[in-house]
Amino acid sequence: MTTNHILTVENLTTRFQTPDGEVEAVNNVNFHIDPGETLGVVGESGSGKTQIFLSLMGLLAKNGASTGSVRYKDKEILNLQPRELNKIRGVSMSMIFQDPMTSLNPFLKISRQMTEVLVEHRGMSESDALARAITMLDRVGIPGAAQRVHMYPHEFSGGMRQRVMIAMALLCDPEVLIADEPTTALDVTVQAQILDLLRDLQTDFNTATVMITHDLGVVAGLCDRVMVMYGGRVVETGSVSDIYYDSHHPYTEGLLKSMPRIDRADEESLFAIPGQPPNLQNLPKGCAYQERCEYVFDRCCAERPLLREFGNGRASACFREDDK
Amino acid sequence: MSVMNKSAKKDASPILSVRDLKVHFPISSKGLFAPDRQLKAVDGVNFDLYPGETLGVVGESGCGKSTLGRAILQLIPPTDGQVAWLGKNIVGAPHRDMQPLRRDLQIIFQDPLASLNPRMTIGEIIAEPLVTHKPELGKEEIKARVKRMMARVGLLPQMINRYPHEFSGGQCQRIGIARAMILEPKLIVCDEPVSALDVSIQAQIVNLLQELQREFDLSLIFISHDLSIVRHICHRIMVLYLGNVAELADRDSIYAAPRHPYTKALISAVPIPDPEIERNKERIVLTGDLPSPLSPPSGCVFRTRCPFAKDKCAQEPPVLERVSDSQEVACHFHDSI
Repeated sequence: MTTNHILTVENLTTRFQTPDGEVEAVNNVNFHIDPGETLGVVGESGSGKTQIFLSLMGLLAKNGASTGSVRYKDKEILNLQPRELNKIRGVSMSMIFQDPMTSLNPFLKISRQMTEVLVEHRGMSESDALARAITMLDRVGIPGAAQRVHMYPHEFSGGMRQRVMIAMALLCDPEVLIADEPTTALDVTVQAQILDLLRDLQTDFNTATVMITHDLGVVAGLCDRVMVMYGGRVVETGSVSDIYYDSHHPYTEGLLKSMPRIDRADEESLFAIPGQPPNLQNLPKGCAYQERCEYVFDRCCAERPLLREFGNGRASACFREDDK
Repeated sequence: MSVMNKSAKKDASPILSVRDLKVHFPISSKGLFAPDRQLKAVDGVNFDLYPGETLGVVGESGCGKSTLGRAILQLIPPTDGQVAWLGKNIVGAPHRDMQPLRRDLQIIFQDPLASLNPRMTIGEIIAEPLVTHKPELGKEEIKARVKRMMARVGLLPQMINRYPHEFSGGQCQRIGIARAMILEPKLIVCDEPVSALDVSIQAQIVNLLQELQREFDLSLIFISHDLSIVRHICHRIMVLYLGNVAELADRDSIYAAPRHPYTKALISAVPIPDPEIERNKERIVLTGDLPSPLSPPSGCVFRTRCPFAKDKCAQEPPVLERVSDSQEVACHFHDSI
């Protein structure tokens, strides 16, 4: 199948060797990203949503290893040597993280941290690189960019630091921007500013964006397609309206129902998904969601449901679908 | 439930009255003879809390909401003002007078694991308040009460000898709640109790807090930055900005018709998990960041980010004004915006 996908992930599995045995953080994940689209990756802590992208960026912890295939355009990039991978990551694919303070080097001025990549990858001169860094900081809404580029990370507020991170990620005009909970550490009014910025940038640069988040509100406002993760597996994918208005998987349904809504005044108690998120070290036989599912039946405990396609990029991993 | 509460609270007298509460932290200045500066974390807060009521305290980081919660419990000594517990001022009360009151005043923290001593079993953790405040109880009685409370908050009583690290975040928060509830207090300050938890677990903990409130007629001060959760659990809501109350109102009034521009912006900034609504709603996007609390703006502290600020806002600080039975607002122009 020839496609114009920018990123194609096939059968990606990531395992970690731990003192307590092997943990499968990502299990047989398949997806793709097209130019200019925004993919939301939703799941709880430990669902594997971040590990997928650390795997394909070659940023896994030392005890982790991945198998499968990740293609950037037509080039296989999974498990490439760092030298080779560096031609792509930070240049064609960038990633921003939840906590901007820990992702920036506290000892280096912003100018140094921003120009490095341009000098290294683009062969720019120091002065051109600095000019480009200032333009980018200006673009993401940092007032007085020409002065502030010479400051240290601690001199910026949380929201401003996240803007710096975004500016850094966009320096080399990447085709894919992976944002891992970029607004979780921020206050709501600042979050709104950053989300607006991401939306604007996407219109301006047509960057394909992956939004990794646990916040279904953020996904609702920003994403075209959604991928829901549970226990290291994709349990449902679809367009944003499919997922929000016609979810097939009981976990997606439960997640949506358990979100308290600011636009509704309900007197009754919140819908809560019972139980705890699964322990990856000790996943039950069959469906990982069985212990918390309200529709569970015999087959769910005996057999693992596979992701079933319904066309239009719609898929769900639940045996209930067999009856539909 | 909240309807019942609202009617009930009008007759009852407040369990807690806070008057002009201030917490200022001295910040040493550079230079030998330069005077110390004051960080006004909480700068004149007033409210009453009734039995069985939940007051939400919302605001962004650095607005003073946690400091307020701790100052009410005298965990941080207030600089000025009064905190009347059952009609008696407890600000500056000596330790021996505070000690018996602590039975009624409890707190739950944001980070469930960090607030539990890793070297104590959860049985010891939950029992500690009993051992301190009710030394007359025998070992067996204490254990029985701990097990009863564990079952009540949704922990298996046979886990009594396990250590905190063996539990997930949601379960650790249940342990924190059990520890706070074991003395059957009258007031619990909940400081961002669900912020560190996953969505599916948040709902469990919120429901548990609501059940316990009904069962024990608890009053709660629910400190949070999440306005969706606050709408769900609170009867009244106080919006703080740089240590000042911007708005204080009934839940329904504040969400249906916020009067302060900051409240409006806060509510409109919360993403709604519905693509149609989220993409078409009207939003007030604030520019800039929270100013440094060390040098707050003159006049109205919100004016530097307020889209409606006028000259008067820089000159005079607005006072909290009652605009209806259930709503108070601190804004010079609440009528015209």
